[in-house]
Amino acid sequence: MLGFIASIIDGVLVGLVYGLAAMGLTLIWGVMDVINLTHGAMIVAGMMLLYLLASALGLSPYLILAPSLIGGFFAGIALYWIAIHRMTGRPPLMSLLSTFAVNLVLVGVGTAVWGTALFNVEVSVPGFSLGRYTFPGPHILAAVLAAVIAVGLYFFLHHTRTGKAMRAVANNREASELVGIPTTRLLAISVGVGVALATVSGTLIGTLFPYTILSGDSYELKGFIVTVLGGFGNPIGALVGGVALGVLEGAVTPFVPVSWTLVIEFALFVIVLIAFPGGIFTRRRGGL
Amino acid sequence: MTANAAPLLRLDHVGKRFGGLQAVHNLSFDINEGEILGLIGPNGAGKSTLFNLINGVFPPNDGRIFFSGIDITGQPPYQVARHGLARTHQIVQPLTNMTVLANCTVGACFGRENLPLHRARQIALEAVKIAGLDDRREMLALQLTIAGKKRLELARALAARPKLLLLDEVLAGLNPTEVEHMIGVIRRIRDSGVTILMIEHLMQAIMSLSDRVVVLNFGEKLAEGRPAEVATHPQVIEAYLGDPKLAAELEGHA
Amino acid sequence: MVRRPFFWIIALVIAVFAALPAIGNNVEMRESLVLACVYITLASNLNLMLGYAGYINFGSIVFFGLGGYICVWLVYAHNWPLLPSLLAAGFGVSALALIFGLGILRLRGHFFALATIGIVEGVQAFAENFSPWGGSSGIYISPAVFKPFGGAAEALWVIYFAMVAVMGASLYLSYGIKSSKFGLGLLAIGQNEDAAAILGVPTPFYKALVYCISAFLPAITGGLYFFKSAFIQPSDAFDLTLSTEAIVICMLGGQGTVTGVALGAFLYEELRGYLLTSPTFADFQLTIAGVLLLIIVLFFPSGLMGFIYSRFPRTQKVLE
Repeated sequence: MLGFIASIIDGVLVGLVYGLAAMGLTLIWGVMDVINLTHGAMIVAGMMLLYLLASALGLSPYLILAPSLIGGFFAGIALYWIAIHRMTGRPPLMSLLSTFAVNLVLVGVGTAVWGTALFNVEVSVPGFSLGRYTFPGPHILAAVLAAVIAVGLYFFLHHTRTGKAMRAVANNREASELVGIPTTRLLAISVGVGVALATVSGTLIGTLFPYTILSGDSYELKGFIVTVLGGFGNPIGALVGGVALGVLEGAVTPFVPVSWTLVIEFALFVIVLIAFPGGIFTRRRGGL
Repeated sequence: MTANAAPLLRLDHVGKRFGGLQAVHNLSFDINEGEILGLIGPNGAGKSTLFNLINGVFPPNDGRIFFSGIDITGQPPYQVARHGLARTHQIVQPLTNMTVLANCTVGACFGRENLPLHRARQIALEAVKIAGLDDRREMLALQLTIAGKKRLELARALAARPKLLLLDEVLAGLNPTEVEHMIGVIRRIRDSGVTILMIEHLMQAIMSLSDRVVVLNFGEKLAEGRPAEVATHPQVIEAYLGDPKLAAELEGHA
Repeated sequence: MVRRPFFWIIALVIAVFAALPAIGNNVEMRESLVLACVYITLASNLNLMLGYAGYINFGSIVFFGLGGYICVWLVYAHNWPLLPSLLAAGFGVSALALIFGLGILRLRGHFFALATIGIVEGVQAFAENFSPWGGSSGIYISPAVFKPFGGAAEALWVIYFAMVAVMGASLYLSYGIKSSKFGLGLLAIGQNEDAAAILGVPTPFYKALVYCISAFLPAITGGLYFFKSAFIQPSDAFDLTLSTEAIVICMLGGQGTVTGVALGAFLYEELRGYLLTSPTFADFQLTIAGVLLLIIVLFFPSGLMGFIYSRFPRTQKVLE
């Protein structure tokens, strides 16, 4: 029983981080109906920033969240102008290809510079014990930060001028333009915020697990699953979806070998996609 | 109307809800072979929804729809098209990167007669001519003007050689000369034996074209009959009072 | 079709591919053309989905990899001869595609693309865990399988000619579909799926059919390719990079065109070969593919053929 509770708690802790990792993806998706395929690469950018600043300057990993946030925001603005802005009014799949192209460039440069070496940043935060189970401190801290960021984002979207305007643009771009909302600037900001969430989650994940330059892919893919489970553009939904995924992983682990969980997740992903082609997705317009 | 002639299209207590909104409610009427039936009503009365129900874009929640005696309720659009039911869209839906002729060939190929490609091309050529796009048939659909795209909608639907043609505001957005031309085209289509159900906001046009008119309001049938009868119907006038200009037009036609 | 010049242009391409390395027994050239055949086959079949029906399939590599696995496994574990193994690979993978397709093709646009990524990752994870296929270490087949061909050297030539044949078949398939009613329906779906359905195109059936068809030849080429290497492992068979490259090629050549995609595949393969051997660029293959794709998507969405058509409008009458 204790073991079961422990694996559920573990699932929730990991799931909150998955939720955070997915939040940027689902935000951009919800606001502008663009799937940002650079998301995984941006997560890795956050991880590499952590590695560089923590190992070179010896900064505390949690201090690095600030430059990660700011850097990610500007990277997102740049991404908007390079790959997304010109895709307005073109077939929706073109933005998929353009962000995918930028992803190739980022991953290509990263691989050329760092190869596929494994990086590991040690963080010491006291853990929490339940009987013979110990939950590592960084996990708990990361989960708490993920929840704080999600709530912060929720307030940003619902209680600030910019956030409300973003939701208006998500609802109806043309109407927003008519009432004087500067849509282009807002879309750029949305991508900025979305990418900042990616880099911050990367920095935070870097404190938990070892990673390579290619680690971003698996978080991006989990992000798709989380989005599909939790709905589009909704930070709280992303946390719920993340926790659902984390708990699922924890729940199947006793029954199947760890290497099969990926197969199960992707099967689940495809099945959920197919099972709710109308249900979950019809809410995507104005789903924020 | 004689009782033994089965209607071409029969709506039998059809209803459609979107969430809490009852877009179409308990709607029944028939369309007889060879007539032009006008469908009018204020904005949001459920006219376009009704078209979508008839040609299978979404299934109705209640009721049945019969076409030539066949129950087509809930059939997907491509099956409905095969029975000989073609439509145009209020918001034009061209196959943008294909030529005008190719657009019409698609209509002919997959329409009622399910023609092979070379035969379909000939039919498409005829349809292009009828709609007055002959000189533009090698242009890409996206290069057409709005009036051109409306004609393309019509040509494409005609190429399917339908028994019943649903026209969704084909006159909207056209200038008076274009309207006049289009009205002529619609008359010729009817004279060639095609039954027509049309939604139109141009009262003058619909009152002169239609054999009968059905008036919708809030998804329900308000009145049905000859144009002159409908135009003097007190409830119809009342429904249109929200739209004084249209009410004035109606009165003018009574 | 036989009376159209394009039919003979394809025939000429096949003849040149078959003859060039055979004259003078040029093994080095043959190996480079093997890859060109693989790229042309994969890209042409992807084009049926991407260029004709307008569906981005990130998972075209799954057909290639699964075809390779089925073929190599039948040869290795069941001692099947090559030809029936290849056919089993082709039909097996097509049948799987049909089953997957009926499910995921209910999804539109973005969601279809995502599901195909899920399928690549899922199938790769499956292969890494599936012990009859050797898990993550894969399957080696002994060189003895080349004996029926009269030795390894001869076998490699036979496989090469078979790959050229599959490439040729891919080109004819693309051309044949494009000039058929089926092709017209697919193009209509690619332009506006809802409008196509209302015009009477049986969209679910056509989409599943084209997905299924686009699996067949890549599976066979995968079988040939991995039989030729006598080795297969998950990371090679389901390398997302190759799927990516196939998309880049379609965009580079001009999606929806037969010539453009073939030309794009050939040029891309040559470029890639040059980059991989150059000391400066060897590490930047992906980056260059990315920059190329971005430039095409941003500035030349109709690709190479768009450029050729606009410069030499007469070519539109001959090329497809």
